Amino acid sequence: MTAILRALTTPLLPGDYLRLLNPLWSSRELRGRVVAVQPETRDSATLVIKPGRRFRFDFVPGQYVGIGVRVDGRWRWRSYSLTCPPLSKDRTITVTVKAMPEGFLSGHLVSGLRPGTVVRLAAPQGDFVMTDPAPPSVLFLTAGSGITPVMSMLRTMARRDQIDGGDIVHVHSAPTAADVLFAGELERLAREHAGYRLIVRATRSQGRLDLARLDEVVPDWRQRQTWACGPAAMLRDAEALWARNGVADRLHREQFAAPRTAGSQLGGTVTFAASGRSVAADGATTLLEAGESAGVVMPFGCRIGICHTCMVDLVDGRARDLRSGVEYEAGNSVQTCVSAPSGDCVVDI
Amino acid sequence: MAITDLEEFSHLTDADIDNLAHELDAIRRDVEDDLGERDARYIHRAIAAQRILEISGRLLLAFGSRRPAWWAGTLTLALAKIVENMEIGHNVMHGQWDWMNDPEIHSSTWEWDMAGVSKHWRITHNVAHHKYTNVLGMDDDVGYGVLRVTRDEQWKPRNVLNVPLNLLLAFGFEWGIALQHLELRKILKPQTRAATVIRLRELLTKSARQVGKDYVAFPALTALSPRAGFTSTLKADAVANVIRNLWTNAVIFCGHFPDGAEKFAATATDLATESRGQWYLRQMLGSANIDAGPVLAFLTGNLSYQIEHHLYPDLPSRRLAEISVRVRALCEKYDLPYTSGPLPVQYAKTWRTIAKLSLPDRFLRATADDAPETRSERMFDVLPPAARRRGLKSAIAAVRRRV
Repeated sequence: MTAILRALTTPLLPGDYLRLLNPLWSSRELRGRVVAVQPETRDSATLVIKPGRRFRFDFVPGQYVGIGVRVDGRWRWRSYSLTCPPLSKDRTITVTVKAMPEGFLSGHLVSGLRPGTVVRLAAPQGDFVMTDPAPPSVLFLTAGSGITPVMSMLRTMARRDQIDGGDIVHVHSAPTAADVLFAGELERLAREHAGYRLIVRATRSQGRLDLARLDEVVPDWRQRQTWACGPAAMLRDAEALWARNGVADRLHREQFAAPRTAGSQLGGTVTFAASGRSVAADGATTLLEAGESAGVVMPFGCRIGICHTCMVDLVDGRARDLRSGVEYEAGNSVQTCVSAPSGDCVVDI
Repeated sequence: MAITDLEEFSHLTDADIDNLAHELDAIRRDVEDDLGERDARYIHRAIAAQRILEISGRLLLAFGSRRPAWWAGTLTLALAKIVENMEIGHNVMHGQWDWMNDPEIHSSTWEWDMAGVSKHWRITHNVAHHKYTNVLGMDDDVGYGVLRVTRDEQWKPRNVLNVPLNLLLAFGFEWGIALQHLELRKILKPQTRAATVIRLRELLTKSARQVGKDYVAFPALTALSPRAGFTSTLKADAVANVIRNLWTNAVIFCGHFPDGAEKFAATATDLATESRGQWYLRQMLGSANIDAGPVLAFLTGNLSYQIEHHLYPDLPSRRLAEISVRVRALCEKYDLPYTSGPLPVQYAKTWRTIAKLSLPDRFLRATADDAPETRSERMFDVLPPAARRRGLKSAIAAVRRRV
């Protein structure tokens, strides 16, 4: 049947016509529809998304999902930790987004997204995950929006009845009590489950948690499996502390990539992911020239920026179009013959 | 013969050409900065409308083989194919919509509804034709290897068949384009055989699917309908494909073969180190527009703005109309010709040239230095030296006045 339909729709796919009826029926890409935007704190919101049919709901708690949103006609991609447990009954997923001061897209997601909007989705991934069954004693060390992957873990453990029999300590930092994401739900968990102890630290009044004095807060932290997610500095400190104490194998870390500001750097190291090579290039060397100098077989055509034969996906970092100065972020494909690295970047070739 | 010295022909100095490049770059930047939601909505709607049109055509053909229904279905399908090839396929494959970062409307993945493989076409068209536009021996689109379209090319006996060959090419244009990149002759040489065989295999796969769809699958499907038959749909699909072929052929020929669209010798500029300004200038001089309102422009895939399309091949087609206002003003400022005319006139001119050039040169009046389809800087030799310090457009007019 599919073969017959494809014979009738070639060179397109049946899904290309079906999506005229429902955009989620595209067979090329995973899509989802935003069904609700629920405000959390003053600068964050939870997006409830109903994915298309092919989405696999059996992700592992702690994983993140790529979300593409159309803003001003352009699709922009970001990754967000899933905050829901896997295999939810209503077949929706949730992510919780905090508007970053310089994060153009996160601000749009928190306050500019209307229910009904269609977004693109990338399959859940990531290895910052909770095991099943959960370890007997656990420490969650989170700060700010770093609580999001842990929320999925907690909700999953609650659903699996793994909290009461266990021993979970959760140390969470936020500027003020009003900034704590999921505050109500966390308090209820702490109230209802003896196995879950919540310690909230309001850093604006109490100051940052000094990990060197972690013993005072959680004396037995060395014996616990720890999941830590928060700012880079906190994770660096944690990594050093756990290593010093010889328990580095008990620490699981997740760091959110901070969106770098545009126009910050000229040139950088270009890594060609599929070829496994990398080369340093200045701000005037095109990605095409850089690749060729490193012995990578690069696609090319006109070499003057008109034919789009040389386009390659930018997987990480930024690249600048030398003609217009426009910077492209990861998740775009770029014309390598007229683009130079803007800081270190990774291309998919 | 053809333009051998771009500076001399254009009556512009290096500095003039650099300034022209800056002004044309500024137009590009302005448009790029302004691209946004409205443009995205336009292409999404165009694609949706085209798909609905196509489905409507197929339905009409399934529900009646009687003459009015058949014609309605056939013409609707032909229109759908024209829109798919011109305003959508051609332009998407140029990368005009790549800025949206939408993998489904992207030059690297788009495949169009015609015999040829889009991947092959992107090389012959986006690279060879758009970089070396109208450069003799470099741009295969100058005559497509079968026609004599400029007297810069030496007459050969087979050129007597110029008119019937052109007719054949027009009717089977999609196949002409499909075969163009194949360069079948290379299959004879051992060094290039392997690559040609791969391309041949890709082409056979794609065109078999296309033939299967139009001449087997849809006729068979409509054979199930009590009110239409296998043959009625087979014929309708064939006619729709031919209408599309004739139309696309006419539009494309009007872009580079009417009077005033210049041809270039490979020495016109140093192609390896050509400046952006020189490239811009060749695009402006080598292309011709069609006078068109919005409807005709849409049906030509906005190739009625061929000059603007060649200056900015990867800017969205819906912006070319507004760009043309500024390009015209620049042509005025630099005293450059801006070739444009009504579709029937421009198309008739291409036929006239093709018919004339089926004859050997001794039957032709004009030389390759000053003919309707090609000129060279030598055409200005007739002007007194004092009169030469003027722009190209005025100089051409001065030569015309003397003749």
